[in-house]
Amino acid sequence: MRIRAQIGMVLNLDKCIGCHTCSVTCKNVWTSRDGVEYAWFNNVETKPGTGYPTDWENQARWKGGWERTKSGKLQPRQGSKWRILANIFANPNMPEIDDYYEPFDFDYDHLKSAPEMEAFPTARPRSRITGERIEKIEKGPNWEEILGGEFSKRSQDYNFEGIQKEIYGEYENTFMMYLPRLCEHCLNPTCVSSCPSGAIYKREEDGIVLIDQEKCRGWRMCVSGCPYKKVYYNWSTGKSEKCTLCYPRIESGNPTVCSETCVGRIRYLGVMLYDADKIEEAANAEDTTDLYDAQLGVFLDPNDPAVIEAARADGIPEDWIKAAQESPIWKMAMEWKVAFPLHPEYRTLPMVWYVPPLSPIQNAAEAGAIGMDGDMPDVRNLRIPLRYLANMLTAGDEAPVATALERMLAMRSYMRAKTVDGVNDEAVAARVGLTGAMIEDMYKIMALADYEDRFVIPTTHREQVEDAYDLKGGCGFTDGNGCSTGVSKGSLFGGAKKPLKMPKEVM
Amino acid sequence: MFESYDIDYFIFGIMPYVALTVLIVGSIARYERDPFTWKSSSSQLLRQKQLFWGSVLFHVGIIVVFFGHLVGLFTPIWVLDALGVPYALKQWLAVLVGGVAGVFALIGASMLIHRRVTDPRIWQTTSFADIGILVLIWLQLFIGLGTIFLTLQHMDGSEMVRFMTWSQSVVMLNLNAWAMVVDVHWLYKTHIFLGLLITILFPFTRLVHIFSGFAAPVRYLLARPGYQIVRSRRQTPLPPRSTRSTPAE
Repeated sequence: MRIRAQIGMVLNLDKCIGCHTCSVTCKNVWTSRDGVEYAWFNNVETKPGTGYPTDWENQARWKGGWERTKSGKLQPRQGSKWRILANIFANPNMPEIDDYYEPFDFDYDHLKSAPEMEAFPTARPRSRITGERIEKIEKGPNWEEILGGEFSKRSQDYNFEGIQKEIYGEYENTFMMYLPRLCEHCLNPTCVSSCPSGAIYKREEDGIVLIDQEKCRGWRMCVSGCPYKKVYYNWSTGKSEKCTLCYPRIESGNPTVCSETCVGRIRYLGVMLYDADKIEEAANAEDTTDLYDAQLGVFLDPNDPAVIEAARADGIPEDWIKAAQESPIWKMAMEWKVAFPLHPEYRTLPMVWYVPPLSPIQNAAEAGAIGMDGDMPDVRNLRIPLRYLANMLTAGDEAPVATALERMLAMRSYMRAKTVDGVNDEAVAARVGLTGAMIEDMYKIMALADYEDRFVIPTTHREQVEDAYDLKGGCGFTDGNGCSTGVSKGSLFGGAKKPLKMPKEVM
Repeated sequence: MFESYDIDYFIFGIMPYVALTVLIVGSIARYERDPFTWKSSSSQLLRQKQLFWGSVLFHVGIIVVFFGHLVGLFTPIWVLDALGVPYALKQWLAVLVGGVAGVFALIGASMLIHRRVTDPRIWQTTSFADIGILVLIWLQLFIGLGTIFLTLQHMDGSEMVRFMTWSQSVVMLNLNAWAMVVDVHWLYKTHIFLGLLITILFPFTRLVHIFSGFAAPVRYLLARPGYQIVRSRRQTPLPPRSTRSTPAE
């Protein structure tokens, strides 16, 4: 056993309202720069839909994540190390920028500077790469917002696997949900594994996966390796970039920007202790449906005295162990089992988990006649097909998702009885395998979701990792190269890029 | 080719040392001072079209050509004699392998130049160094292939041996080495001059990724036992596992 700590995240999709505040604040902080205009370290997709970049879940096409070979070996789906190196001149599995979208801006200036004309001046789009006019914007960062576009296109969504999807194209049966996505900071990341330069690494003390900008050589294997398509190639600097889990904030005990600004209060951050020696075995589970359980098996109970002692021996600070004991992630993933990994079948053991959303009872006309299980409606009658959620969260295994949804319904039922009727209905709790006290804890954390309950983040022990004297006169966060901004303007080695010209409209 | 021997002396006697010095010192300086700019500058994200075949043909071709020159020029002549390799055979081998690989590389480079110049996305993100070095390499490949026609006139390997002697004398710090190549055809001389020029420009362009390209397989295949990398920032490393008490084990 080798115990490590990881900052994990849970997103309660039941409460996501799709406002994109997370994406916008993230963009303002991290990717409002040349070369990554197209990149969204955090984005919110409307599901069902093909997502961003288009069709990202189709690993037969992009070859992201891992596969278990016939001989039972775990290797990146792109291929073994030799195969990845052979792709170094041109990566056949890499998306083009058009698979994300061509970044654009508008001629806003024309609105005020246009001469007197017969037609009212408009702000027309321009490419942020070439500066050329874009006649028609074909794609954007959230192109399928609120079921935008035809069902025939959206229904290519990978999660419809094994579902008779035609009926969901009908207006009466349609359904939707939001899926905010960011880097999963996996326990078994494929981006790290496919980097020939060894520039990507997982941090031992908090599990954050980062790209060393000074070591990255732009071989691009991480972009195709990541099954979530959350590593982005910066076309201006020639380096790959990704979500940093806002590590400067996490280190000082603050939640990530996306979590901090989430108006729906759907995001949770907390410590998980895991057994690093078990990762490979867990990621190599034979059936994809076993992967969810296998990952649960990697986590360690922070209240177990044996685990605590081993954690101390492995150098985990006391306050991190305490934080792990109070971790909302542990409660939702392990105690209540209401949170699930996104696409465990990619075998990366992701660490951003999701609480599946409840949805209205299918077909209101039948509302009187639907299957009721005691006081609670049958989760199989919810508008979002159970199989759809299961394809997304448990590699198609419906039972765990059904249990989670039942527990969330039981929480409502129990709390309704308590606040309206003044009764503590232990029977409801018992039916879903919980107790009244557990449900009240669930209610506190998942429904009320106070700031202190959502974010239990211990600070980094700086005294262990850096010498304050060395930081004297430092420049804080830069793109490498010390106090340089990282963009070499007129440097002997860089050579200034042509400045992006935004031609003036002439009419 | 030249009116005066001074230029020959400069190009074949002095320039090799200048080039090697700039290559080594410049590369070390860049790697040390500005590692953020050390990259392959791939433009694959912006446009896949033409890149796949262009890049693969160019790289495979030029790597074969590069190692062909390296092995061909710097294998000591006594080694050839000891192994009993006839000079004519080596000359034929060089012309055949180098010719085919050179054509591959030239086709690839042409595709890459065409893509870089005609595609607005690539052109807008192209620096002077990017297009400059690409055109120089294209020219070098073109001239290199052109010398094959001269070489075909003396397949006994006599010219080849002169170039081998020159290269080996240069690295052996023989300051009279330049005299060995003063009377070769001007096309060969231009080829050598361009090669040295590209060597000088090497640390200031994207060519530095060649070092990384050779280092990557070593790092990835040999220096990295598994797939994963975990970095720790701890200043005092954890005690070795054997001395730690892990009762749960």
